[in-house]
Formats: sequence, C-alpha cells, structure tokens
Amino acid sequence: MNAQNVTVAADVAAHRRAGVIGALVVLVALLALISLGIGPVRLSPLTVIDALFGGGSDVQQVIVREIRLPRTILGCAIGAILGLSGAALQGLLRNPLASPSLFGAPQSAAFGAVLVIALGLADVRSYALPVAAILAAFVSVFVLLAIAGRNAGLLILILAGLAISSLAGAATALVMNLSSNPFVVLEIAFWLLGSLEDRSFRHVVLALPFIVVGAIILFQQRNAFRALSLGEETAQSLGVDVDRLRLLVITGVALGVGGAVAVSGTIGFIGLVAPHLMRPLIGHDPARLLVPSALTGAALLLAADIAVRIIPSTSDIKVGVLTSIIGVPFFLYLIMRERRALSGGVA
Amino acid sequence: MTAPAFLTAQGLGVTLAGRVVLNDISLSLASGHLVALVGPNGAGKTTLLRALAGLVPSDGAIHVGGDVLSSLSLRERARRFAYLAQGHVVHWPLPARDIVALGRYPHGATDPARLTPRDSEAVLRAMQVADVMAFSERRVTELSGGERSRVALARVFAVEAPVILADEPTSSLDPRHQIDVMKSLRTAADKGTLVLAVTHDLGLAARFADRVLVLSDGRLVSQGAPAEALSEQVMAEVFRISAYRAEYQSHAVIVPWAEI
Repeated sequence: MNAQNVTVAADVAAHRRAGVIGALVVLVALLALISLGIGPVRLSPLTVIDALFGGGSDVQQVIVREIRLPRTILGCAIGAILGLSGAALQGLLRNPLASPSLFGAPQSAAFGAVLVIALGLADVRSYALPVAAILAAFVSVFVLLAIAGRNAGLLILILAGLAISSLAGAATALVMNLSSNPFVVLEIAFWLLGSLEDRSFRHVVLALPFIVVGAIILFQQRNAFRALSLGEETAQSLGVDVDRLRLLVITGVALGVGGAVAVSGTIGFIGLVAPHLMRPLIGHDPARLLVPSALTGAALLLAADIAVRIIPSTSDIKVGVLTSIIGVPFFLYLIMRERRALSGGVA
Repeated sequence: MTAPAFLTAQGLGVTLAGRVVLNDISLSLASGHLVALVGPNGAGKTTLLRALAGLVPSDGAIHVGGDVLSSLSLRERARRFAYLAQGHVVHWPLPARDIVALGRYPHGATDPARLTPRDSEAVLRAMQVADVMAFSERRVTELSGGERSRVALARVFAVEAPVILADEPTSSLDPRHQIDVMKSLRTAADKGTLVLAVTHDLGLAARFADRVLVLSDGRLVSQGAPAEALSEQVMAEVFRISAYRAEYQSHAVIVPWAEI
C-alpha cells in the first residue's frame, strides 16, 4: 500500500462516519416529531411542525409547545447525555462494559435528590435538587474509580459498581422507610422509576444547563480517550495528564447524570447500549464514538418514551422501567460476549 | 566516547510506596547512541526508564537537552521522549495507521483524521521505516505479535523525539523479529537519536548497543562498552551466571551459559 492509498482509506472511513451521523440526526428529528404528536390528542407530523412555528389552532399550539415540547427536549437531552457519558466512561476505562448505571451513578444521584426532599430542604422545582444529585453522582463515581484503582479489570469495576448501586438503593430505601410523610414516599417512588411525564419548561431550565456543561466537558476530552487506547502510561508519555482527565470525566458525568436524574429519575442502560450499537458502524475509536453515542442515546430515549405512550396498559408504564427491561438482557448478552475477559482470560 | 551528553541524571532516586526502588543513580548519555539497560528482574530498569521520562516522581536532577526535566510541561516532555511501554498494549481494535498517528499527539495533532501535511509526512516516514505500510489499514488486534511490535515502533518513531525510551522492545518476539526491532533502533541511533532500551537479552545488548548500563538492586553497578560493562566479574556478581564470550564481526558475543 502506498502513501496515497493510506490517505484514501482514511477519507473513506471519514465519509462513512459523516453519513452515519447524518442519518442519526435525521432519526432523532423524526422521533422528536413523533414524540410531539403522540398523546391523548394525536397530531400528524405536519400539524406538529405547523403548531411548533405558530400555526394551527390555539389548542394545538398549547399541546405541542407547552405540554409536549419540554418532554421531548428532556428526552433528547437526557438520552444524549446518558449515551455520551457511557461512551466517555468506556473511553476513560478502556472497557466496553463501563456505563453510568452499572457504576451506580444514577442510583446515587437519585439518593441525593431524595434525601434533600425527605429532609424538607427543597421542593421538587428548586436548584438544590440537581446540585444534590450531582454531588451524590460525583461521590459515587469518584469512590468507584478510587476503589478500582488504575488499570482496573472488568470484574473489579463491575463488582465495585454493583456494590455502590446497591448501597445507593439501600440508602434510598432507608429514607423511604423512615419517612412518615406519604407524599415524600410517593416522590421517592417517582425517582426510583424514572419518567418524563408532565415535565414543564421549569424542569428543562433546571436540568439543561448542567447537562450542557457536562456534555461540553466530556466532549473536550475526546482526543485524550484515543491516546488512552495505548494504556495510561503511554498516554501520559504522549502528554495526557491522566489524573486531571479522570477528574474531568468524573465531573462531566456527574454534572450530566446528576442534572438528568434531578428531573427524570433514574433511567438506566442507555449509556451502556448506545456505544455498542455504534461500534459496528463507526469503529472502536473512543473519540469518534462520542457524538454518535450521544445521538443514539437521544434516539433510544425518545423511542422508549414514545413506546410507553403507545403500549396499551391500565396504568402508565414509566420509561425508566422500560429502558431497564430492555437494557438488562442486553447487559447479560454483553457479559456472555466478554466472558473470556471476565473469567480472567486474555482479552 | 566524548560526544556531549544529551540526557543526564545526578543522584536520581525513586521511592515507590515506601520502598527505595532506585538509589543515587548518575548517568550521562549522548545523542546517537544505542544504550542497553540490563539487570536482573526487579532491579529497577522500568522505573529508571519511567523516571527519566518524568512518568514517576523522583529525587535528584534530570537534564534533557540542557533543560531541567521538571521545568518542562507535559507536552514538552512528550516531544523529547518517545516512550515505548512493555507489551505494546492497545485496548481497542484501531487501524494501525491511527496508532502510528498518535505519535504526533505531543505535536498537537490529536486527531488522526486531521493531520497537517508536516504531521502526515512524519507518520508516513515512520510507517516506512518500521515497515508497516502493508497493513496500515488493518486493526492492530488482528496483527501478529511481530507486526504489532512494528506498529508500536512506528508510533514511537513518528514522535521524532531526540530520545527514545524502549521497555523490553524485543520480548516475546521470535529471533528474526528481535533482530528487526534492534536494527530499527540501531538505525534511529545512527541518525542521531539517543535510544535507551531495556532488555533481558544480553546477547542482543552486546551485539547492537554502543553502551550497556547494568542495574542491580536499584543501583547502577557497571557501565561502558558491552564487553567491559558485562565483564566476567559483573556477570558473576549481578547475574550469578557464567557466559561464553567471543568476538564476531567486531562485535562482542555474550551467551549466558551456566549458573554459578
């Protein structure tokens, strides 16, 4: 192969990636339109577009712009930050099973939020909520990485993640247990299930700034993830400040996941699934996986949130329940695929 | 050997988790030399390499190209030292070309898809020198051990650093590939690079190196041209073996023979 062929092959790969990203953007836009059209009053995509830009009847405008738009925006943003966080953690740890929910980050964030409410420190629309959720998520990921240490294997990370999410779950249950106020118990149940129902622009304003800052922090580390493919020592020899990178990734994940959980409750497994869906199309480069994983996360959560509105049932299915029901079997499948690495063989 | 020193250490010491790993090491290495660093397991060879590259904190003074190492930023250090870690680990199945392009990371080329002409020329040169053009698009995880070691070497050459620090570059390679790797490092040294390579293979060290440093229990116990640094006395005291010694094509031949 000569020099020119090398460049051509790189160009072909770049075009392919651009095509995948373009297709994902279209998919997310379509799902957003469907999401805006679905509910007790069904609206066609054309009516939705019309109402979105000030056309249609007043009722249609209120339904689309005030009732459904916040839910769709949150679905998009939360799905995207979960997908991005998963891809970033997998890049940092060079580990295809890393993800916020397996590390107990959303569960811990939920505990932080629940504690603030149970102690009566804030109502559900105060900024104290995302701040508590973010702090709890930060502590959980920080402790996890400290326990696992550098160059931790798959098994240690997953065991430590299991322990931390169990602890967060138990702590939440304890708050529920000790709470004498039935309304608080209802609030807590809401956080455990995870849902996007009945969200207003107040919720968007509450969560979006944290999600955006977290996403920017994670995206800026993209090239360091690629250098980390060669191991921490080599990455450091190439000029990557690995300790700083770890801290930034933990901060970015905590901001994003904490902000998301504060308005939606725990929605799991999107961060685990999204990068895996993209690897066959984009390749394994951890830097190039970030944007496609975020878009896939957005598409997955929008689709799941549409599904819970379509599936006929006597009471509402919560979207967090649905993502877990789909996500856990997927996780089992990944374990089966990574069996060799998990049982200590050569990966 | 009166060439000016490019990399020097005075009173270098490293303590890891309360254990003294390196103690009072002073050395002075010149550009254009291939230097072999040998010693028994646990002597501190890898730690010395890491300390010289600034990857572990150390006491004492290290100078590189006239500058104090600790005064240099991470990126400046990365431009002066190309570091080849043991085992050629790659965690994701990336194409060989992207791995080699990571050698330009210290020069600000952090994205292999957007290399400046200068960076892509450096990458091509490195791939040609290390002979990886034939499989530049293949995933490194699909390559044989020998091919993977050449990709790792190409990545190191792409840095175009004045110093190459290589940790056991020939381990787990067949004899042909061992000679390949040592020859590439020899060529880099002949072009003016200072190459410091850790090896357990005293034969390869004697055959290819200009100088040999012998490390034992965290101390530098012997250094010089291969035949003097690896004298019978050093072989006996440090490695506790005897060796067959000869000369072939004006190179020292040292073949470990029997334990003492």
